[in-house]
Amino acid sequence: MSWDRAPAGSAESGADDDADRTPVANADVCVIGAGPAGGIVADRLAEAGREVVILEAGPRFDPDDRLARQERAIRPAYDRPDVWDGDPERDAYESTGERPYPLNHARARGVGGSTLHWQGMVMRLHEDDFDSASVRGVGADWPIDYADLRPYYAAAERELGVAGAADNPFAPPREHPHPMPAFPPSYSDSLFAAACDELEIAMHSVPNARNSEGYDGRSACVGYGTCQPVCPSGAKYDATVHVERAERKGATVIDRAPVQRLVHGPDAIEAAVYATPDGDRHRQSADAFVIACGGVETPRLLLLSESSHYPDGLANSSGLVGRYFMDHLFAGTGGVLDEPTRQNHVGFLTSESHQFYDEADAEQAPFKLEFFNYDGPSPVELALTGDDWGDDLLARLRSDYGTHIGMGGLVEQLPREDSYVGLDPSTTDDHGNPVPEIHWSVGDRVLETIERVNEIQERILDELGAEITWQVGPEGTGPAYHHMGTTRMGDDPTASVVGPDLRTHDLENCWIASSSVFPTGGAMNPTLTIAALALKAADHVLETELPIR
Amino acid sequence: MELTRRDAVAALSALGLGGTLAGCVAPPGSEPVDTDRLRETLVAAAAVVYPSEVSGIEPFVAAFLEGRLADPTHVAGLEEAVAELDGNARVWYDAEFAALSVADREQVLRNVGADDADEDPSGMASERVRYYVVNDLLLALYASPTGGELVGLENPQGHAGGIGTYQRGPNA
Ligand SMILES: Cc1cc2nc3c(=O)[nH]c(=O)nc-3n(C[C@H](O)[C@H](O)[C@H](O)COP(=O)(O)OP(=O)(O)OC[C@H]3O[C@@H](n4cnc5c(N)ncnc54)[C@H](O)[C@@H]3O)c2cc1C
Ligand code: SF4
Repeated sequence: MSWDRAPAGSAESGADDDADRTPVANADVCVIGAGPAGGIVADRLAEAGREVVILEAGPRFDPDDRLARQERAIRPAYDRPDVWDGDPERDAYESTGERPYPLNHARARGVGGSTLHWQGMVMRLHEDDFDSASVRGVGADWPIDYADLRPYYAAAERELGVAGAADNPFAPPREHPHPMPAFPPSYSDSLFAAACDELEIAMHSVPNARNSEGYDGRSACVGYGTCQPVCPSGAKYDATVHVERAERKGATVIDRAPVQRLVHGPDAIEAAVYATPDGDRHRQSADAFVIACGGVETPRLLLLSESSHYPDGLANSSGLVGRYFMDHLFAGTGGVLDEPTRQNHVGFLTSESHQFYDEADAEQAPFKLEFFNYDGPSPVELALTGDDWGDDLLARLRSDYGTHIGMGGLVEQLPREDSYVGLDPSTTDDHGNPVPEIHWSVGDRVLETIERVNEIQERILDELGAEITWQVGPEGTGPAYHHMGTTRMGDDPTASVVGPDLRTHDLENCWIASSSVFPTGGAMNPTLTIAALALKAADHVLETELPIR
Repeated sequence: MELTRRDAVAALSALGLGGTLAGCVAPPGSEPVDTDRLRETLVAAAAVVYPSEVSGIEPFVAAFLEGRLADPTHVAGLEEAVAELDGNARVWYDAEFAALSVADREQVLRNVGADDADEDPSGMASERVRYYVVNDLLLALYASPTGGELVGLENPQGHAGGIGTYQRGPNA
């Protein structure tokens, strides 16, 4: 029995307090943030021979602690943010919009970023998502098209390791099959299939960043069923894959090194000032900087870096840094059948429907439908709450588990100027910086579309003969934890923050790799697109001649 | 339904405690732990919190505890919780918890408030007993294949039961 495997209570970040956290001399590129965006950019640039340093605010976690984190995911004593050592002071924020925004359920900090916690569904945006204003008459067009991103999507699928099939008639065109075969449908998918056939609703597989067979030195999925928030086997992709690969190619990772501000002149960033656990501050200089802090911390860092050159925040000549904050909204319906539905064996989805997605127009948002494999309670989690035990508990588990069936869906919200990430100077974090203010507003189009999604879900469940027991509609809806829009991409420097090359309009050596550049969000989970854009950003960094310092 | 060695191994690995049942010793330099007392108390509590159709409790709990002993923090919490139960048992029944009848043990668990407390490893006595004794036992059982099967789910959360079971129907 090894001593370093810790039960839930004592899982610690593997962070080494004595690690060398001094800046890297002669860095070509400084990447800020070690999630998938930062990890992929760093890997590409290190591959091309660049001297790369990654600054990551959170710790490097010990892979041996993953089962202990899984125990935290199951036990009621631990809240979701506890699974990855969330720290309320470090991660403080204010939510001031018309709807509360639970930011710390929506991200994880550390090497791997939010993919430590994520679900791992990865699909390409549809062609019309890039042309929302022209085709649907609302939102903003991207300055690039699906065709521009298509080779990067294919590369991103290989990078993440995606299990998928060519059975989705609604998906945009692709040349190559997915790197791995799709996971076969679940038993409950087969129940849904009968009802959907009757209603002429097509079901198809879900592309998963999860190994359906051994891939890239990582094992196939073994069915732990706690994918979100932790996969103990490593079968689910997370960005430690790219960060570690970048390190093997010579990149340096400095963990627990939150960047406090970016020191700059009028045209370029000179250094990133970061804090270390010993209370020191350091300056990391580099020729190029790639900001990959996610859709909330990226605009925050720019706003915190205001100066006489940029009084409203760095790279913010447009005044749009932080504006157009978007998420995808959830719509769901579920119930019970009078037969077993076999839920909660695995923690991922195997079927969806994108049939209605491209009906979108000015009134109806694009949306996708999801068929759950984990509706209703997980017996082990249920067993740990309640005031019964012994035979009474078993009787309760038997009556509560077994017949649940449910559906979800994600719906696009439009970019709106009154939905934003700002700074709240009245509250500060553990380093004395104003915390992010999340002011989330969503508009009517998405709420009306949620009603339509609910109607379709009800039709399917009625056809199945289910008794409907829960519904998440326009009132109860919440975010899917996809932070988009806050440094939007565009050709016009007065109406966007970065150009189609992902470089900020204002600064010649600053790129942004994040869903914060999405001008319109579509309704597909964003991370495959983030990965594709990260690969594209890396290409642009490489093709730019930077001043030799 | 009989709890097996496979269940104990599964419960251990679900909890990050390694899948072997090889011998454990006390961490170097720490106070000796009265593991017999911990084991007897947990086995005695399992007779209350496990359903009556489960058998093979003693070796299952012993193996599971062996894994838990690898963590000194957990052991310290468990020792305190056991002391709490023994203290209450002595006051009301003049005997240690493990020596009581199943009905009296259940009463002691209720006396300390473990029935309606929410688990909390650093909370009040009731919350700690709930965490280290009641819920730890329930977690071990219901994250194991046999525990899952009792409920109709042979691949419960926390158990690496492969990707075959989710595809199978109830009669497969
Ligand atoms: C519960 C959940 C489920 C999800 N499911 C899916 C899904 O199924 N499919 C999908 O596509 N997406 C999903 N997502 C979203 C996905 O996790 C994110 O889109 C993705 O991780 C974003 O990548 P990123 O690299 O841009 O940012 P992140 O992964 O958030 O990484 C940013 C990193 O930057 C660091 N950082 C921030 N500020 C600083 C600073 N000042 N200095 C240094 N470092 C800093 C952070 O600590 C963090 O590690 C899910 C998210 C959650 C929370
Ligand atoms: S079901 Fe598969 S992907 Fe999910 S946690 Fe288990 S091994 Fe990882």
